[in-house]
Amino acid sequence: MGRFAGMILRGAVIELALPLALFALLFVASAHSSNFYFPPLAKVLDRFDALWLGQRFVGDVLPSLGRLILGYLIACLAGIAIGLPIGMYRPLRRAAEPVLEFFRAIPPPALIPVLVMLAGFGDTMKIAVIVTGSVWPILLNTVEGVRSVDLVLDETCRTYQIKGLSRLWHFVLPSASPQIVVGMRIGLSIGIILMVISEMFAATNGLGAAIIVFQRSFEIPEMWSGVLMLGLFGFALSLAFRLFERRTLKWYYGMRDLERRS
Amino acid sequence: MARHLNSAGGFLLLAILWEAAPRLGLADPRFFPPFSALVGELFKLAGTQEFWAYFGSTLRTWAIGLTVATLSGVIAGLVIGLVPGARKYTHSTIEFLRPIPSVALIPGVILIFGSRYQSGVVLITYAAFWQVLLQMLYGLSDVDAVARDTARSFRFSTTGFIVHVAWPTLLPFLFTGVRLAASIALVLAVTAEMVIGSFGIGRGIVVAQTSDAIPTMYALVIVTGLMGIAINVAARAIEKRVLRWHPSVRNAVAA
Amino acid sequence: MAGNAVVSVQHLNKVYQSGTRRVEAIGDLNFDVEAGDFTCIVGPSGAGKTTLLKCLSGLLAPTSGAILVNGHAVAGPPAEMAVVFQEYGRSLFPWKTVRENIELPLREKKIAKAERTRLVDEALAAVALAGAGDSYPWQLSGGMQQRVAIARAVAYQPKVMVLDEPFAAVDAQTRADLEDLMLRLWSELDLTVIFVTHDIDEAVYLGHRVLVLSSSPTRILDDVRVDIPAPRNQATTRIEPQFADLRTRIYRGIQEAKSAARVTKEPIKG
Repeated sequence: MGRFAGMILRGAVIELALPLALFALLFVASAHSSNFYFPPLAKVLDRFDALWLGQRFVGDVLPSLGRLILGYLIACLAGIAIGLPIGMYRPLRRAAEPVLEFFRAIPPPALIPVLVMLAGFGDTMKIAVIVTGSVWPILLNTVEGVRSVDLVLDETCRTYQIKGLSRLWHFVLPSASPQIVVGMRIGLSIGIILMVISEMFAATNGLGAAIIVFQRSFEIPEMWSGVLMLGLFGFALSLAFRLFERRTLKWYYGMRDLERRS
Repeated sequence: MARHLNSAGGFLLLAILWEAAPRLGLADPRFFPPFSALVGELFKLAGTQEFWAYFGSTLRTWAIGLTVATLSGVIAGLVIGLVPGARKYTHSTIEFLRPIPSVALIPGVILIFGSRYQSGVVLITYAAFWQVLLQMLYGLSDVDAVARDTARSFRFSTTGFIVHVAWPTLLPFLFTGVRLAASIALVLAVTAEMVIGSFGIGRGIVVAQTSDAIPTMYALVIVTGLMGIAINVAARAIEKRVLRWHPSVRNAVAA
Repeated sequence: MAGNAVVSVQHLNKVYQSGTRRVEAIGDLNFDVEAGDFTCIVGPSGAGKTTLLKCLSGLLAPTSGAILVNGHAVAGPPAEMAVVFQEYGRSLFPWKTVRENIELPLREKKIAKAERTRLVDEALAAVALAGAGDSYPWQLSGGMQQRVAIARAVAYQPKVMVLDEPFAAVDAQTRADLEDLMLRLWSELDLTVIFVTHDIDEAVYLGHRVLVLSSSPTRILDDVRVDIPAPRNQATTRIEPQFADLRTRIYRGIQEAKSAARVTKEPIKG
């Protein structure tokens, strides 16, 4: 028991050593800062506590989160729904590929003014921005995942009369899921970035909006506290995603771990 | 032959739809000018000095940012990958910093650099750096594995090891990292121009939209798409030349 | 076509054409398989065994000739047939448990839940894997995985079971166990089995009839009735004098086939 606890403790120390050291360093180094742009860390933390753990959370973080989740889910559904047929039918893929290559090469922020023109400055525009950016990695990885299905499994399905929707649900989708999840992870990062950009561009409410408004009114410690909040926001979402990934791809990780050990 | 027709077919269909819809009133021509108008605008822009100024500015920001990101990524990668124990200790910090969107730096960068091109460079560096770093770390851990397997059987000298084992193993990862970084760099260059207002195509798009020059807006968006494609094609071409002898490494298909 | 034939292969011909290369994998195959028979198919490597199997199971269309299963011409994988592949690892769905793997074809057949559970349980018991239902295939050994594949075929209740060198990729001891399992299943469930193998001993041990294929273009070289008395077992059957005779006869046939191939200029491709 003692050895096990020791192992956990050692693991924790290794994980936390550098972050804590950096934090302490930053704290001390900035403690007597009189630089307007880089106030003492203590002050930023104080502002963080005052702002983000209360009213602002509901007023800014939640709307941001809501838009992100909605946009991201639409992107996932669209990406998978469009990626499936493209991946499965070669003539369709050949026709679609150049068009897709072009559209995904357009940096998503470049489309913001187009969407502003069409949808104004509200929630719809922001959600649309997230969708147009996040859909690409999901779509492309779905196509990739669906293309490379195992031949023996395919023959197995054919001999046992597993066709059509059944084949899609029991064979194609699960087979492609590791690759699709990779795309979903990239899509999530892109979604967060676009969420912030769209809010900075059209600062009505939200995390990005709050940060840029603080910057414009030169409320610097508040601005940095917002940045900190954004960092935590991104970190929390990536943890949540990892949990999702571990549950959905339980079989895949189990298989790989076994291979690695043999 | 049929295959190429097939590929061109998709584009052709899109062009036809885009041309027909506004003309037939299916789409509002104010918001969706016909395809021919966009192409025309594209050619017109190519003749203006203003466009090339925009283009050059974006390109410069992109190039500098990518270079800085690559250099710092390679150096950090080498340090973390080679110094014993460094990987363990930096793991949690990397995992925490990585998901922080580069856009979080926008306010800070505005304070320091305003709307000068350096803002864009900093943003690019922060975002693209991670791609290069991660690929370097993947590559170095592969080198580790190969080293353990071959070092004993082949008894390489250190230089021999670096030249014949480490470098060839690392190279494909480095290329992947730079290729991904190049795409991200373009996105952030445009972002900086749009949100911060630095001079470049991004700003051009915003200006066009606010002054209701819709065909110009679309034309500039198309230009960014073409730039994106050009960067990707060039990166893959270079990668193929240099790695001709190397089995390809399968990676995530990033956007 | 014999009155009781479940499978009938008539003038089967398969030619592979790629550009200017033309390979006649199967020349002219004709044979019938009676209901309840255990037919083994052997031949030199490159004899088109895999091609024959793919045509039989409807996965590949013949160039000419016909295959009839239960009187109907095969145009795609016939529903009355179950196939056990050589690569057992790749023929089981890794995201499904053993039980779910076996159950899937039954769900396609629209069998009710209670009945499905019964069939799966019985199949698992028949292959001695009663406790492995909730494991994932990749958690099991190679031999066990192949047994799962066999259980799946058995639960499907096919008219014909086709096996493609199913024990080629397992160790000798496991192979012996699996061979006995096949014999037991065949007699208990009154199956019709077509068993492709490169192992002559296995073919004689298992089969009641062995078809010897020539090299490409493949034809039937020999059609051997194996009337070694039942019950068969690993210890004694293989040292029966009849066994040795049959084995030798088949072995010689295959050697002839191989030397014939060497004489012709056609590349040996299966």
